Amino acid sequence: MGKKAVGDFTVISNRKLNQSNFLLKLAAPGPLPDISPGQFVNVDIKNAKEIFLRRPFSVFEVDYSNNTLSLIVKILGRGSKVLTEINEGDKISLIYPLGKSFTIPSANEKILAVGGGSGVAPLLFLAKESKLKTDNVDIILGARSAEDHIQVDEYKKFANLHFTTEDGTLGAKGFVTHHPVFREKLNAYDKVYACGPDAMMKAVAKEAKAAGVFCEVSLENLMACGFGVCLCCIEPTQHGNKCVCTDGPVFNINDLKWQI
Amino acid sequence: MLASGTCGFAEEINDFYDVSQVGGIFLKGTTLRNRDGNEYPRMAETASGMLNAVGLQNKGVDYFIETTYPKIKDYNTPLIVNVNGSTVEEYIELTEKINELDKIPAIELNISCPNVKEGGMAFGITCPGAEAVTREVRRVYDKTLIVKLSPNVTDVSEIAKAVEGQGADSVSLVNTFLGMAIDSATRKPLLSTITGGLSGPAIKPIALRMVWQVAQAVKIPVIGIGGIINTADAIEFLLAGASAVQVGTGLFKDPFIPLEIIEGMKKYLEEHRLNNITDLIGGLQM
Repeated sequence: MGKKAVGDFTVISNRKLNQSNFLLKLAAPGPLPDISPGQFVNVDIKNAKEIFLRRPFSVFEVDYSNNTLSLIVKILGRGSKVLTEINEGDKISLIYPLGKSFTIPSANEKILAVGGGSGVAPLLFLAKESKLKTDNVDIILGARSAEDHIQVDEYKKFANLHFTTEDGTLGAKGFVTHHPVFREKLNAYDKVYACGPDAMMKAVAKEAKAAGVFCEVSLENLMACGFGVCLCCIEPTQHGNKCVCTDGPVFNINDLKWQI
Repeated sequence: MLASGTCGFAEEINDFYDVSQVGGIFLKGTTLRNRDGNEYPRMAETASGMLNAVGLQNKGVDYFIETTYPKIKDYNTPLIVNVNGSTVEEYIELTEKINELDKIPAIELNISCPNVKEGGMAFGITCPGAEAVTREVRRVYDKTLIVKLSPNVTDVSEIAKAVEGQGADSVSLVNTFLGMAIDSATRKPLLSTITGGLSGPAIKPIALRMVWQVAQAVKIPVIGIGGIINTADAIEFLLAGASAVQVGTGLFKDPFIPLEIIEGMKKYLEEHRLNNITDLIGGLQM
């Protein structure tokens, strides 16, 4: 009892980062429980006629001293669009904390986190927690174009940051798996993490598997509840169908049935 | 009460609050053997609701008895097993196994799942089918037998009367409505199974009408289900003739809805100077 909560958070700020991404900072109604990188919250979309289900978002940052957490909201559809129109002082209901987190590295391990698109969101939190254990944190962030890279100064605080863009406007041109750090040094890492579009994660997982490196990915299958009762977000695994919301969203690639 | 398929095996809701506060928990549909369910995608959001095509994913009754039951049996609220089969024999065998469990006071006979190829709704859409499975299960089960009805029929009150005639103690309705969603951009269905079960506030008016019809047709208690998300919804179902209600898809939005409804009902009784919630049952003013 009491492991998960539903609470009304107050919007402290809602800042537009670029054309499609917003940074929502929210104050919790009471002391925040422990939240780990990769976990998510399920957000009620208010004032949206006919939208019934919540929308899941990775936790971007947690500030326990001020009892706040931040989310990156990327406009993907009607629900996320309405959410970006929220104002300072508004209340929004969150179910939290949900899901299993990334495996935090052991002391001095070398880690590489790879993110693409909205999948970059949980990696800042992962880098921050990892930095407490090791100085060897590399991150490759991939995007279409330079202006799609958001909050880069934040990531720089905790990681050696590398970029790719599809149009070559920032960092290496191409996909994250084309970056020299990824292509040439992959087997030097103890742990590799990926979050982003399916094709990106599968490409990362394939290389990590070939190199025999520990690799976790964070999935975002469509879900209705977020806490393991609707059984809609299932992912086939070596141990049968698992719920992405409770058995994931973070999975070790060896547990998945991906054809890679 | 909490509707089957929307509250797992009670533990998931107990992660939020002490489930002894709710009137009863209808556990996730259980079958004789392990079922993986349908392929992903199994869910599509629709206007004021959602479609699902889970397909009765569960680990089978033996796993339930050995692993789940010991963990939940001492929750201080009635736990009801939702029983599914693809043949009458399967329903019987499953019921006999559940009958052995002291802390399960009732079963909900699911003859209305729209997401399985065999059995399920096939039994619930004809009177002879509904009668056969109810009669045979009644023979082996002395505790409370609730039959969950499908709305995908021409006249649900005929089915209700049929199962009442075979000894059902109660009927619960409605299960989901068969529906469909298409992605106009890709021109593909949004569910792996093409069709699925519609639930949520979108179905409430139809469910309410069906509960009203059934409550007039049968003498046994009716449990109202269908898009209930607040106190007013619950009271409407009672007024239409339901003796109790289940919250289903609403739990996905907020697992606390049942507690809010219980509090809301207390307030309603005070405001309307009523002594007991039962005073509202079938109290539709015409």
